[in-house]
Amino acid sequence: MKIHEYQAKEILRRYGVATPRGRVTDDAGEVASICEDLGGRCVVKAQIHAGGRGKGGGVKLAQSPAEATELANAILGMRLVTPQTGPEGQEVRKVLIEEALDIASEYYLAVTLDREAGQPIVIASSAGGMNIEEVAAEDPDAIVRLAFDPHLGIQPFQARVVAGRLGLEDETARQAGKLVTALACAYVEMDASLVEINPMLVTVEGDVVALDAKMSFDDNALFRHADVREMRDLAEENPFEVEAGKFGLNYIKLDGSIGCMVNGAGLAMATMDIIKLCGGAPANFLDVGGSASQEAVANAFRLLVGDPSVKAVLINIFGGIARTDRIAAGVVDALADLGDVDTPVVVRLEGTNVEQGRQILRDADFDFIVAEDMGDAAQKAVAAAGGVA
Amino acid sequence: MAIWVNKETRLVVQGITGKEGTFHALGCRDYGTQVVAGVTPGKGGEEVEGTPVYNSVAEAREHTGCNATMIFVPPPFAADAIMEAAAAGVELVVCITEGIPVADMLKAKAFLREHSTRLVGPNCPGVITPGVAKIGIMPGHIHRPGRVGVISRSGTLTYEAVWQLTNLELGQSTCIGIGGDPINGTSFIDALAAFAEDDETEAVILIGEIGGSAEEEAAAWVEANYDRPVVGFIAGRTAPPGRRMGHAGAIVAGGKGTAVAKMEALRAAGIEVVESPADMGRTVARALGV
Repeated sequence: MKIHEYQAKEILRRYGVATPRGRVTDDAGEVASICEDLGGRCVVKAQIHAGGRGKGGGVKLAQSPAEATELANAILGMRLVTPQTGPEGQEVRKVLIEEALDIASEYYLAVTLDREAGQPIVIASSAGGMNIEEVAAEDPDAIVRLAFDPHLGIQPFQARVVAGRLGLEDETARQAGKLVTALACAYVEMDASLVEINPMLVTVEGDVVALDAKMSFDDNALFRHADVREMRDLAEENPFEVEAGKFGLNYIKLDGSIGCMVNGAGLAMATMDIIKLCGGAPANFLDVGGSASQEAVANAFRLLVGDPSVKAVLINIFGGIARTDRIAAGVVDALADLGDVDTPVVVRLEGTNVEQGRQILRDADFDFIVAEDMGDAAQKAVAAAGGVA
Repeated sequence: MAIWVNKETRLVVQGITGKEGTFHALGCRDYGTQVVAGVTPGKGGEEVEGTPVYNSVAEAREHTGCNATMIFVPPPFAADAIMEAAAAGVELVVCITEGIPVADMLKAKAFLREHSTRLVGPNCPGVITPGVAKIGIMPGHIHRPGRVGVISRSGTLTYEAVWQLTNLELGQSTCIGIGGDPINGTSFIDALAAFAEDDETEAVILIGEIGGSAEEEAAAWVEANYDRPVVGFIAGRTAPPGRRMGHAGAIVAGGKGTAVAKMEALRAAGIEVVESPADMGRTVARALGV
């Protein structure tokens, strides 16, 4: 789960992280007075979940309260397009108004999971404000990596190592070490999957400030973090994905035209892949669960035919424990409930009781396109969606 | 021969009194596995379809000599169940539970370093030695005893591969689902190393997916250590970066873990890479020269 910058800063301040003074608002009318309080100069920052906001024009410096209001008016309600939002962009509903600080230098600092080491890792770089992936590709040595034991926590000397390798000294190094420790603690205690400060700022006075902040969380651990669950902003998520989540379906919207319904995440990915190999494009990833209950199948079906970009549906179910005849019956029931469906539906069933399952589809009052195997199913779905893209 | 699961396997089911636990305990028993006990704290003394239930794994082990466990405990308590089994000395732990927090698995992994227990999973279909015994939720009847080893991060995609093999009359020695989570117990390499010791396994199919670098590490290991045919498939070449594809571990993050990079690593190690998931069985057949 992702949260906004202002929410991440709220959490990190609890851990003693210094952030610029500021306030979040959804009302441009408040901006002038907030800016006054901050000394008359401020930064107006669009609050959306995607990164790269500055590049899309969502972060601007205002020299006066009047200019701040003007900028907030322009940013609030705009569809902000960044390298991470896709071409349709994301509507800005809130802005964070922060004091403008005099920057001496910028750094990158993050804590995330190192899967290979099976430990959390601190990643730091003196190339702050830049895309860390680009830095890593061009100059891997410029990146400091330090794994720590999550159960013992990060040790003071480890935090000092990170600060030292960033080339910081004296009081600035001490503050940076404190920041590293705070991020590591927040990461472990909050079950985060990422805590990122980009950039971490050193002011001309030598103070360390988290100019930006990003946190995301392990969905599987949200059950023990009610405060984090409350920070969820459904407006930032795809409405189809939110709807699917209510039914316990695993759904991700993509930009193709073939709606896929598959049981199991691996098979769902493989089905998307084979559609692409056959020249088509999947409209979504959708896993109805390995056991593919009748109810899940029916809900998934409604979701797919309700998506206007879906030109054909491909159902690929491997019935193991779940019998394919029951799944076929679930699909037929869902169709009967929906009434008038004119989207072509390609069905590939395999596994337990497959002959009975296929017979149910043939006997149904709907013209299913029945496929024999995955390759056949993908070809038929691509043809039904209007041929090779 | 096969690996890890055989007729000497004596299985305890943790979480046996839950709906899923009961259902799959019976499924394993029907397939031929010796299911000797169940464990649910607070329900010791009960029976599930003739199988005695104990309050703890230690107690179950003392009374039944169980040497393997299958875990159906809900996610918030599953890591604890893994550690309990290891502390009781159970040799093989197969954790089916999906949705365990990463932090809990890091704890369980740290605990396991002090024990000789093998953990398979979590979030996996389990392990089956066709015709002999199974520990898991996979449908037994799609399998066929034989000489192909199967290792996979996925559930139904594994069934798909197995079914393709079975339809070509290519049986399997043992099929291992290592699970779709970022932190798991058994790696591709662990399973490959066990297959390398098994004379009956003449080829291996390795089914990976996006995220992490387990496939790349497996490729390097195969190149250095394994000379029988290996076929590989990687799911998720169409997955957009930054989005988790169902499995917690299936995510391309920070430009790492792409399907294309994994396929290249496998090819570079002399592994035959299957482009289309419809061709997994046929490619293994060709690799075996049948």
